[in-house]
Amino acid sequence: MNKLISLLAGIIFGIGLVVSEMINPKKVLSFLDVFGNWDPSLAFVMIGALIVSSPLFHLIKNNKKPLFTDSFNYSKNKDINNRLIIGSSIFGAGWGLGGLCPGPAISSIALLNINSITFVVAMFVGFYLVKFFKLSS
Amino acid sequence: MNIVNFTPITATVGGMIIGLAVVMFFLFNGRLIGISGIAANALSEKNNRFDNLLFLIGLVIGPILYTFFTNKQINITISNSLILLICAGLLVGMGTRVSGGCTSGHGISGIGRFSLRSIIATITFMIVGILTVLIKNYI
Repeated sequence: MNKLISLLAGIIFGIGLVVSEMINPKKVLSFLDVFGNWDPSLAFVMIGALIVSSPLFHLIKNNKKPLFTDSFNYSKNKDINNRLIIGSSIFGAGWGLGGLCPGPAISSIALLNINSITFVVAMFVGFYLVKFFKLSS
Repeated sequence: MNIVNFTPITATVGGMIIGLAVVMFFLFNGRLIGISGIAANALSEKNNRFDNLLFLIGLVIGPILYTFFTNKQINITISNSLILLICAGLLVGMGTRVSGGCTSGHGISGIGRFSLRSIIATITFMIVGILTVLIKNYI
């Protein structure tokens, strides 16, 4: 059953990216264009996601265990260090250049757009480089 | 500053759908969604590999089902410069792994559990993203 949930959660997440238009790099870039022609919509994507997920997360985490697996398994890393700041800055620069972050980039493979597929391939090379040089957080 | 193309309702509804996916994955499978982690681990970690792959397949199927059931085309506008996209992809891939999260992992799951680490990460990538667009568009 947990396999079905993994697939369904991906599908629902992907639909959310389409409905919110976060899948569109142009929409993301105009969200980041605060000093020019600013489209604040994507702030509402985050607010919408947090309104639903945050209260329920705090309720569910008190359960003994998840419904379909043996234990809760999520990061409890609290470190605020150079890697966090440098990594987030590198990510922000890439996000501002292309208007794509990992979720929308992978979802947009569905559109068979060669440009977004190129981005996804480069992103996976980036994942691999960090793994290879053992730089991950 | 000019406000353009503002779509708060579809943005909020889309966000709530994303929130639902996060809740579901947590309630049933006990994990919090962070797409950079799921994607990187799907390739390199044996642990949960099949779940991670299924999630990624779902991410791609989502838009297809949306078009199938609503009959609406999904239009995106993306840069035509492959060099720019390769640089952007490399930066996003490396940055998210070095910082341990992306827009979903830090921005939604992390902030949702009130993690200061994720709040700082999100503020950082937002500020650098805004500065990058500023430099790209106006300088």
